[in-house]
Amino acid sequence: MNALLSGARFTAKRLVGAALVLLVLSVALYSLFYLLPGDPARLACGERCDPSQVAQVRERLGLDEPVHAQYAHFLQGLFTGRDYSAGTSVRHCAAPCLGLSHQNDQPVSTLIVEGFPATLSLAVGAMTLCLLLGVGTGLLSALRRGGITERVLTVLTLAGTGTPVFLLGLLLLMVVCAYLRWLPFPSYVPLAEDPEQWAWNMLLPWLTLGLFESAKYARLTRASTLEVLAEDHIRTFRAYGVGERAVVARHALRGALPPVIALGALDLGTMLGGAMITESLFGLPGLGRLLIGSVRDVDLPVVVGVVLVIGTAVVVANAVADVLHALADRRVLPS
Amino acid sequence: MTPRTAPGTDAPGTDAPDTDAEPGAVPEAGAVPPASGALVQVDGLTVDFPVGGGTVRAVDGLSFRLEAGGALGIVGESGSGKSTVAQALLGLHRGTGARLGGTVRVDGTDVGAASVRELRALRGATAAMVFQDPLSSLDPYLAVGAQIAEVQRAHDPRLSRRAARRRAVAVLDRVGVPDAARRARSRPHEFSGGQRQRVLIAMALACAPRVIVADEPTTALDVTVQAQILDLLHEVRTETGTGLLLVSHDLGVVAGSVDDMLVMRHGRVVERGPVARVLGAPAEPYTRELLAAVPRVETPRRRPPDLRKRAGAGTGGTRADGPLLEAVGVRREFGRGRDRTVAVDDVSLTVAAGETLGVVGESGSGKTTLGRMLVRLLAPTRGTVRYDGRALTGVRGDVQMVFQDPVSSLNPRRSVGESVADPLRAAGTLTDAEVTRRVRELLERVGLDPDAYHRYPHEFSGGQRQRVGIARALAPEPRLIVCDEPVSALDVTTQAQILELLARLQGELGLALVLIAHDLAVVRQVSDRVAVMRRGVVVEEGPVDTVYDAPRDPYTRALLAAVPVLDPVEAAARRAARRGATAEHAPG
Amino acid sequence: MAVRQETAVRDSVTPLGATGPAPGPGGVWRRLRTRPAALASGGVLAVLVAAALAAPLLTALAGQDPYAYHGDLVDSARGGAPHGAFGGASGAHWLGVEPGTGRDLFALLLHGARVSLLVAAGATLLQVVVGLAVGLTAALGGRWADRLLSRVTDVMVALPMLVLAIALTTVVPGDFPRPLLLVLVMGLLGWGGVSRVVRARTMALRGLDFVAAARLGGSGRLRVARRELLPSLAAPVLTYAAILLPSNIVLEASLSFLGIGVKPPTPSWGQLLSTATTWYRADPAYVLLPSGLLFVTVLAFTVLGDAVRAALDPREASRLRVGTRGERAERPLEGGESVHVGTRLAGSGAKSADTGTRLPRTGAESPVPHEEKAP
Repeated sequence: MNALLSGARFTAKRLVGAALVLLVLSVALYSLFYLLPGDPARLACGERCDPSQVAQVRERLGLDEPVHAQYAHFLQGLFTGRDYSAGTSVRHCAAPCLGLSHQNDQPVSTLIVEGFPATLSLAVGAMTLCLLLGVGTGLLSALRRGGITERVLTVLTLAGTGTPVFLLGLLLLMVVCAYLRWLPFPSYVPLAEDPEQWAWNMLLPWLTLGLFESAKYARLTRASTLEVLAEDHIRTFRAYGVGERAVVARHALRGALPPVIALGALDLGTMLGGAMITESLFGLPGLGRLLIGSVRDVDLPVVVGVVLVIGTAVVVANAVADVLHALADRRVLPS
Repeated sequence: MTPRTAPGTDAPGTDAPDTDAEPGAVPEAGAVPPASGALVQVDGLTVDFPVGGGTVRAVDGLSFRLEAGGALGIVGESGSGKSTVAQALLGLHRGTGARLGGTVRVDGTDVGAASVRELRALRGATAAMVFQDPLSSLDPYLAVGAQIAEVQRAHDPRLSRRAARRRAVAVLDRVGVPDAARRARSRPHEFSGGQRQRVLIAMALACAPRVIVADEPTTALDVTVQAQILDLLHEVRTETGTGLLLVSHDLGVVAGSVDDMLVMRHGRVVERGPVARVLGAPAEPYTRELLAAVPRVETPRRRPPDLRKRAGAGTGGTRADGPLLEAVGVRREFGRGRDRTVAVDDVSLTVAAGETLGVVGESGSGKTTLGRMLVRLLAPTRGTVRYDGRALTGVRGDVQMVFQDPVSSLNPRRSVGESVADPLRAAGTLTDAEVTRRVRELLERVGLDPDAYHRYPHEFSGGQRQRVGIARALAPEPRLIVCDEPVSALDVTTQAQILELLARLQGELGLALVLIAHDLAVVRQVSDRVAVMRRGVVVEEGPVDTVYDAPRDPYTRALLAAVPVLDPVEAAARRAARRGATAEHAPG
Repeated sequence: MAVRQETAVRDSVTPLGATGPAPGPGGVWRRLRTRPAALASGGVLAVLVAAALAAPLLTALAGQDPYAYHGDLVDSARGGAPHGAFGGASGAHWLGVEPGTGRDLFALLLHGARVSLLVAAGATLLQVVVGLAVGLTAALGGRWADRLLSRVTDVMVALPMLVLAIALTTVVPGDFPRPLLLVLVMGLLGWGGVSRVVRARTMALRGLDFVAAARLGGSGRLRVARRELLPSLAAPVLTYAAILLPSNIVLEASLSFLGIGVKPPTPSWGQLLSTATTWYRADPAYVLLPSGLLFVTVLAFTVLGDAVRAALDPREASRLRVGTRGERAERPLEGGESVHVGTRLAGSGAKSADTGTRLPRTGAESPVPHEEKAP
């Protein structure tokens, strides 16, 4: 009961910490993007704007106000929504309002919501594949230590960690789609529209990201398992006649998997923020591609909005990872 | 329901009763009456470990036998191969690359030739091991009850989970874990060191083994807890008739707990026989040397104290009457807010020039914190430390320290000469040539080859490293050295040499020493006065013989009663006395 | 990529820095020599670095120039794909030409190697310098400095670097030299891991007796840091840098691949690959050459980094030891020994190239001294 309480306290502490980090992050981002060189109003207006048009945009976006007021408005928009007035017309941006895109005047939040399904599809599928493959490989190579299996797996894993994800994706595209023609070139189909087509088209992105990430998990699982297997308590159970299978399943894995799970939680959070390269490579209309597009177009509100969302996903995932880890190993908890 | 089944009837999976393996094979175990046949029989055991290209022989032609219900102690210094023998009994060398020769039979099973299945049946059910470090030897993620239940179920798959749990609680209760039903659900880190060792013993008892192999079972424990654990092992043995093979570096531990003993050195048996005979009338020079090196808590210090006193008085410059170092009401806290703990609370001490003050206490007593405050590595939260009448505000060359761990007290990346030279260079008054000369002089003074200057710490043994540490402490020409557990990491013969060196240096240089130690015997042998610490407080202080021979504080009495003694008769008497005493308070 | 998980040993009773002999340079070299894979990687990298350094010379020898356009060598009817097989390879253009522009691919690859390696090396150096400074300050600079810097480090480590790097490039004027921008962005965003390792190491070292002994011998803070701490930090920092370098190469390539890093006409491997999606069908040679080079380089660095780590610290391979706190608190206990239990630490990986994640920050990396409770 006491453990439960301290667990709850630990969780609460981590969440508060995460919220603080996000606040700091938002201030940092805001000041970085709106205060640094380059006039956001000019950027928003485009190349062909004359000074009066720029001034108009500046007023509309509230850029003529003092910095702290701008940030306050930004925060206010986030929680209650805000109005942008352009001359006589007023455009309402509902909470959580991250501003309006310079490019098409759409609320940033709408763009993000539109991009999310593709990103979610990619993240969940890739993560599943990655965990299955990575943990499996890692365990196998740890338990078959010294054998040929381990050597083959080590080489494969090393090659995996040495392959940038875009190379892997390109290679898969070239081989699977261009030469073997086993699959059509992927184009995103929403799950709700046609689940079968969705899965077929996601297959290659899943493979790319999953394979790529799995190398890391294989290494981690292997190192972690070997480390636990070398610990004294494993020796104890062996010395008490507990079978090797039970030693691995009950004792080694219990110690070896928490860091893997924690990393998984973290990576999932990051992937939910968009896997930029995979999305670009396969033309998935997700958050990552949204970010890259907005960077190319210098669409600051979208950049800030997406980065904040990604930051949130990562920070929350970090907190979740910490809590998961603490639950697995309660010694981490302060007594 | 405690597993007090008769030996041999409850060892699932083994072909148990067939104990009479090879009658009459081992004459050298003559001390043991060759009655029912050996429970453990080791013949010509050799163990070779692959190291680099070649092999190292850890055990060389060892033979012994242990009768059912008997108790055998194996003692030796580090590197003697004693732990290797213990592991060989359970076949723990399988798959590690070690090569075994000779035969090891445990309850009829030939451990070397046994199949994996037979070996598993043997481990835990016939011979159960109690390891040295109880924290790392238990799974940190699982409740201790579940761990014990698991071992039982490994040997008896028909046992239901619930029944196994019940039995786990029963054995925990048997070994004196209070409130066993609740504590069975706790994880190892929630127990104190002594309780954890009890849990390990409970695990060993879980399957009612015929022999318990205990490898340094009390080395990580405080002396009072050590006594309790040894008493427990003794009790288990007398009540259940389980055999005991006790491996230890500590002659005192062995003396009170077993009937027969082997003295090992470099993988070979030096001497064997009944404990009383080996310890009372050792036949071999090495055994005698070992015994001579063991500091005795019951005899007064050997050196006449006046010689050193005179030397101390010889060094001038002190205010004649006042103490050299004085702690006045020092207190030290760690942490803040809710986490705050008080390590040392209102301690006042004095050390006169040339004298030795012993500070003795168990772990957590605050003695190390006190030592660090005396040299001003730590600032007291309250109170002051005065040197020569003036309050210390920072470290100074006159007050130096010798540290416990000879490994971590020397920078592995610097040559020992540079480490010793460091204080001289920091002072910046000597030229390079002078520094080198002085360092060579210091190394020679502590009994090292002056040419050792350019060698690195890992090239030295523990005792030599401690000598380097002493040389470094001498470099700034201190008047007082605080020695924090200077010999606790060393073998007993090395320990005696280092203590001798300290005493010699004290005589030659008129140093004052503060000797911090957990070992009561060590403190008695070198101190003029002694302070006993418990939970941050000095409970008793006085001339060393007075405190040891007529302790006033009950804690001091309990400490002294717990010290293992070399005389088995005396040990038995003390055990009986302790049993009377523990009837009053709960164990743990 | 090149992600290394360094898990802490659970029982950090053995103090760090005191774990076995400190291998001198000779020892490290001896150990490296026994690993054929490391030697091969070293050889590959030596050739590559030499070629990158001598790129102007080698290109001149081949009679080419990375900035000379050859419109006649590409087929405008096929969208600019090179004439001839294998990407237009010929006696003059050994590896063919770049589609669209007809620039010599051999020259581009060599000059690209210069840019890629230089950016990665510069970024690594900056990361190490900043990380060392922050980590040391946090560990030695008092409680508040530590709190502040550790928080900042947490944020830096948690945030996906690729995302931030991409975002940052938007606010920088277009005429700012791109390679330098990449070095700055990667260097100033990516020091978190180094700082963590340095801080944890320093904290652990600080509590060791030899540091106390040095203080007692009259050494001041600076002298202690220089003489006692820095030598012991060299190995972990070097090890960490060896992990960072290949991941920085990948990061540069990724950014350039996304069209956000190095911009044409400056070549880098990632930049060359940025148009790969459009060319891999018409001109596979153009895609495969920079890909292969990038792959081999990163792999070689990874293997070498692994070997260096193992050679520097054979006992601690794949683990990062976290020792006891600076001041070991002794608590009054009920007759048990106090044991410091280090938490498992997974806090020091390099980021992965796609998502830009670092490894998780599980728990604190200063060990939680878990004093046992008496029953």
